[in-house]
Amino acid sequence: MKIGVLALQGDFAEHIATLKRLGVETREVRLPENLTGLDGLIIPGGESTTIGKLATDFNLMEPLRQFGKAHTVWGTCAGAIFLSKDVSRPQPLLGIMDIKVERNAFGRQTDSFESDLDIHELKQATNSSHPYHAFFIRAPIIESVSGSAKILATLPDGRIVAAQQGHLLATSFHPELTGDTRFHEYFLSLAS
Amino acid sequence: MEQQTGTFAVKKGLAQMLKGGVIMDVVTAEQAKIAEDAGACAVMALERVPADIRVQGGVARMSDPELILKIMDAVTIPVMAKCRIGHFVEAQILESLGVDYIDESEVLTPADESFHILKHDFKVPFVCGCRNLGEALRRIGEGAAMIRTKGEAGTGDVVEAVRHARTVMGEIRRLTTMDAAELMTYSKEIGAPYELVKETKELGRTPVVNFAAGGVATPADAALMMQLGVDGVFVGSGIFKSGDPSKRAAAIVKSVTHYRDASILAEVSKNLGEPMVGRTVAQLPESEKMAGRGW
Repeated sequence: MKIGVLALQGDFAEHIATLKRLGVETREVRLPENLTGLDGLIIPGGESTTIGKLATDFNLMEPLRQFGKAHTVWGTCAGAIFLSKDVSRPQPLLGIMDIKVERNAFGRQTDSFESDLDIHELKQATNSSHPYHAFFIRAPIIESVSGSAKILATLPDGRIVAAQQGHLLATSFHPELTGDTRFHEYFLSLAS
Repeated sequence: MEQQTGTFAVKKGLAQMLKGGVIMDVVTAEQAKIAEDAGACAVMALERVPADIRVQGGVARMSDPELILKIMDAVTIPVMAKCRIGHFVEAQILESLGVDYIDESEVLTPADESFHILKHDFKVPFVCGCRNLGEALRRIGEGAAMIRTKGEAGTGDVVEAVRHARTVMGEIRRLTTMDAAELMTYSKEIGAPYELVKETKELGRTPVVNFAAGGVATPADAALMMQLGVDGVFVGSGIFKSGDPSKRAAAIVKSVTHYRDASILAEVSKNLGEPMVGRTVAQLPESEKMAGRGW
């Protein structure tokens, strides 16, 4: 199995390091031709406006949409924003997931936080019972899911922070910043 | 399940999101918007870019909070602002404004000639400059969650940025080959906390994100710094002191993404208009060099 990580901007190296720990072959994706032969793709954290602009300038928008039709794609934070249909402001989006996202929903950096999450699907898929410790960095929330998209995780107050639609995954937090590989394992189980 | 804010992991985490990106100095809300549209991953809100601080002289201080707030309102990307070395009250003010990162910067006139700010005391993360590994690790020891090599700000001459990046990378390469028994003496020699020296050896890199700064003026300069091993690039005067800021800003953003692809670098370097005029660092009198500020 070979997994690509969109390497336009952001913490793609952290995703690659986590995948390597799991023994997975990886490739950095900067141009459309880099998508050939991949079994899945991760869109990392970073700045969604920067990633969107570079994806537009290097003709990646349509190839990424096509890739997402047949393959597993996971967006973390900026990546989740990029996958969404609507962020209530004009910026390039892939629009392949039926989720509406609010950017910087918790405020500015001093409001960034870490917290434990209880994610049923994750525990089940990885046969584990301990909570998932998540990092929210100027994080978005998923305001609502529609169509076949379903909620995967919420904060105790009910705000949605992870969603899944078939083979598409979106998390507003950063599993690549933790030593906990369970979310990557879950992603790989969808990709295989 | 309690939520914890202001942890070191969360501070360091924002810098990780900036990797592979360009942070641009801006002095107005309009410039901030141009920078965001060009693909900047963050902006540094300032009253004067370093090139103007050099020309105008005088004491350089934290910017007017009103200006910083206007810039914060204008863009959705992170906004950084500078305080003077050791001026922890300027830092408290910037924190209360809600800036996303504070640069305790040698570009401003130092407020304390012996001590930097104890950055662990703050919820907002700090970035600090360095010329070598010892300086980088001292700043991290004080709580900096991001590091940048200093270069020589406001010159448009990349030579000092190269010197400082090569120094840090070279020291890390040597450190990785050292025997564990050598580390305490090495810590003493470079004036760095032992635990951080050990961590750097284990990681084979700085324990926090490290950007280049001070003298980057072209896409080729930015790609050069990336190939030398930094995680991203600050561009100060180089963009808004050039002939076509918007085009140059977008070109530098692309060059940082495709820093190993010479044909793309050639393409984005075409027809950028006049670069900033610049001053050669070799001709600067010692008293005008900013990089020596910091202890």
